Amino acid sequence: MSEEKQGKLDLNRHDMPKQSPEMRRHNFNEVALGYTQELAVAEAKRCLQCKKPKCRTGCPVEIDIPDFISYIVKGDFKSGIKKLKEKNCLPAVCGRVCPQESQCESQCILKNKGAEVAIGRLERFLADWEATQGEVDIPLKAARTGKKVAVVGSGPAGITVAGDLILLGHDVTIFEALHKAGGVLIYGIPEFRLPKAIVAREVEYVKKLGVNVITDYVVGKTRSIDELLKEFDAIFIGTGAGLPWFMNIPGENLNGVYSANEYLTRMNLMQGYRFPMSSTPIRKHAKVAVVGGGNVAMDSARTALRMGADEVRIIYRRSHSELPARAEESENAEEEGVIFNMLTLPVQYIGDENGWLREIECLKMELGEPDASGRPRPVEMPNSNFKMKMDAVVCAIGNSPNPLVPSTTPGLETTRHGTLVANPETGKTTRDRVWAGGDIVTGAATVILAMGAGRKAARSIHEFLTTGKQ
Amino acid sequence: MNRVIERTMIVPNMHLLTLEAPEIARKIQPGQFVIVRADDEGERIPLSVADWDIGKGTITIIFMEVGASTGVLAGLTAGDSVATCVGPLGNATTIGRFGTVMCVGGCYGIGSIYPVARELWYAGNEIIMVFEARSSYLIYWADRFVHRAAKIFTITRDGSLGMKGHITRLTDVIHALPKPPDRIIVNGCTYLMAHASEVTKNLGIPTVVNLNPIMIDGTGMCGVCRVTVGGTTKFACVDGPEFDGHEVDWKEFLARRKQYTNEETSYFRHSDPKPILHREGKCHS
Ligand SMILES: Cc1cc2nc3c(=O)[nH]c(=O)nc-3n(C[C@H](O)[C@H](O)[C@H](O)COP(=O)(O)OP(=O)(O)OC[C@H]3O[C@@H](n4cnc5c(N)ncnc54)[C@H](O)[C@@H]3O)c2cc1C
Ligand SMILES: Cc1cc2nc3c(=O)[nH]c(=O)nc-3n(C[C@H](O)[C@H](O)[C@H](O)COP(=O)(O)OP(=O)(O)OC[C@H]3O[C@@H](n4cnc5c(N)ncnc54)[C@H](O)[C@@H]3O)c2cc1C
Ligand code: FES
Repeated sequence: MSEEKQGKLDLNRHDMPKQSPEMRRHNFNEVALGYTQELAVAEAKRCLQCKKPKCRTGCPVEIDIPDFISYIVKGDFKSGIKKLKEKNCLPAVCGRVCPQESQCESQCILKNKGAEVAIGRLERFLADWEATQGEVDIPLKAARTGKKVAVVGSGPAGITVAGDLILLGHDVTIFEALHKAGGVLIYGIPEFRLPKAIVAREVEYVKKLGVNVITDYVVGKTRSIDELLKEFDAIFIGTGAGLPWFMNIPGENLNGVYSANEYLTRMNLMQGYRFPMSSTPIRKHAKVAVVGGGNVAMDSARTALRMGADEVRIIYRRSHSELPARAEESENAEEEGVIFNMLTLPVQYIGDENGWLREIECLKMELGEPDASGRPRPVEMPNSNFKMKMDAVVCAIGNSPNPLVPSTTPGLETTRHGTLVANPETGKTTRDRVWAGGDIVTGAATVILAMGAGRKAARSIHEFLTTGKQ
Repeated sequence: MNRVIERTMIVPNMHLLTLEAPEIARKIQPGQFVIVRADDEGERIPLSVADWDIGKGTITIIFMEVGASTGVLAGLTAGDSVATCVGPLGNATTIGRFGTVMCVGGCYGIGSIYPVARELWYAGNEIIMVFEARSSYLIYWADRFVHRAAKIFTITRDGSLGMKGHITRLTDVIHALPKPPDRIIVNGCTYLMAHASEVTKNLGIPTVVNLNPIMIDGTGMCGVCRVTVGGTTKFACVDGPEFDGHEVDWKEFLARRKQYTNEETSYFRHSDPKPILHREGKCHS
């Protein structure tokens, strides 16, 4: 880079307006409010339009980042969103939930100066701008091929496969176990981080393209994969990683101990915070501990605050710098008043005579040598036990794939982690005419990776449907 | 959306609901359940399937009106529809050639045990049927069991039919037989299953129950349905609902069943247009 250009560097990364912490901890509205047009253009102008953009290599779906940003600079938002959507069919979602700080933005050349371009916020801006423009354009569909594809699961992986294949002229039916489509985006991630109206819009869009979405249909129960194969030419399995882990410590089945899936499902899918207007209750607890340090844990903790808890703690066995959550989310949680108990491990839950949680017993940890994941291993400190009074614990230590589909499909190979064996380039599983992608293959990961896997699988399925090659 | 074919109150507070659900009818087996959501704001509630007709593509549920959601279901009439009916969920009740099997049904369990008894009878078992109810007028479907059960016993709390007393009188029923049954299956409310299991444990007779914990998804996703069986945690919706009654931690189970009693009853203190019909003929719990 020339001296002259360096001199012009704009290192003023624009913040995105947010609800204040005092206000937002009492409501379920979205926390981040998004860039205004002025802010978006100003931020876009900071992009150096590198010849060899490294940001692109940090994006799992290789969005043409400098290109879409250049349209924002010109004020041509329509072309900008079009460019973006060439590679990412869920920009309103990804702009909100992608861990940009470890992907595209981590590669930005301005990162060295501590002022990487806010790519995620710009992505979100374009998607939100489009939503204000009335009806979204429906792209031209290829001629009908007469081939039928079944997509199992309506998370980001399934929605992507369905959207891509319908445009290529195939008949697509999504089968979803729950009563609403959207996967984790609907049942897991809270309204204050990803408004449900946005997810509903994406689902409506694929429906408008002609995808048949059948909810309340559990594949493996209502019909097996083998039965579906009689009617469909190809199947994509995108059933996610929805099986919650518990720690197997004493007292885990006490009342007041939840899996994050239960807690968040009651809130999001079942709209428990509107009870009794909605009919699924959720309990208000004064003191809530959330075990874990990922996005799921942050979402649970911030939900508990919004349900009116006085004290919410994140209990995590490693230290602050190892928190797997997006930095933005742990910062938001901290600002809202969530207390972080780092280097702490629950060892026992203690209940009252009616079976309700009363206290939790924890151990102090210290960091040791790096483990297989490369992070320092948490080591128990002997005799460091202590107790905390708590009314509820939300266990957010991880999920693995639900065995329902694999266990009812002979010949569908799984790994010892319960994930499906699939070719990483094509999504092809060990069964003829069956593909898979997303969390069911990778284990709990991210929206963008699920979407990317859906893209690759759609390409491979299309090739099979048109050439017969698998 | 599933169309309601019929909804009738068959005895006070107990309703029969027949829904159009052709795919479920084709797949369902005795002991399995569906999850129903009455309307768009509805809670997802698990209900056993008591009968089905593959030809007509329908399933029949027997449910007791105990709260808000069952209250809405009790207000349905033919031609209405429910927002969700998903299934079949859970594992089927184990069917085998056991010899003599005693089927104990109380409350909605008289309905849900009917297909189990039928299947066991087809498999060549001798069926002993035991009805349990507060009073004789709460017993239904007795005619359905007549030609399959070798013997029928009834225990009513007011003594209006059969033996007078609680389910603990199951001991007397068993003693009245020439030899104890080889297996006992109990369906119905939690107390019935818990107490029956206690009785049969003392007598050393293998006993299975169909547990009815709180559920949300019914596919193993939330874990609210967890129960301790033989010291390990199980998810009732995917590992059950059938379990060895002698191994279930009933104290924990009963406590977990009550997690939302506060919230559920606050519902009744709210002025809400949803129909809450009959409150007669309550169960023990
Ligand atoms: C609380 C929470 C917060 C998260 N936050 C972030 C974040 O900030 N950023 C990020 O990138 N990622 C985040 N993630 C992870 C991300 O949501 C997932 O990686 C992503 O949704 C995976 O997509 P998927 O399509 O593979 O599966 P899912 O989204 O899990 O969808 C699978 C769908 O399949 C359905 N299904 C399952 N079994 C069956 C069956 N047998 N028959 C029919 N349907 C079935 C399920 O009901 C579900 O709807 C978060 C996850 C959670 C739980
Ligand atoms: C696998 C399974 C199968 C089931 N099959 C049937 C069935 O075939 N027919 C049926 O009627 N029910 C069945 N149940 C129970 C049924 O799901 C509940 O009765 C229902 O969820 C109650 O919903 P509600 O909103 O009307 O009551 P809620 O508002 O949830 O409960 C109101 C009050 O009644 C109590 N209560 C709830 N259920 C019962 C009960 N069954 N007996 C006594 N007290 C209760 C609650 O603890 C609470 O205090 C089954 C449950 C499971 C898990
Ligand atoms: S009902 Fe959710 S896991 Fe069983």
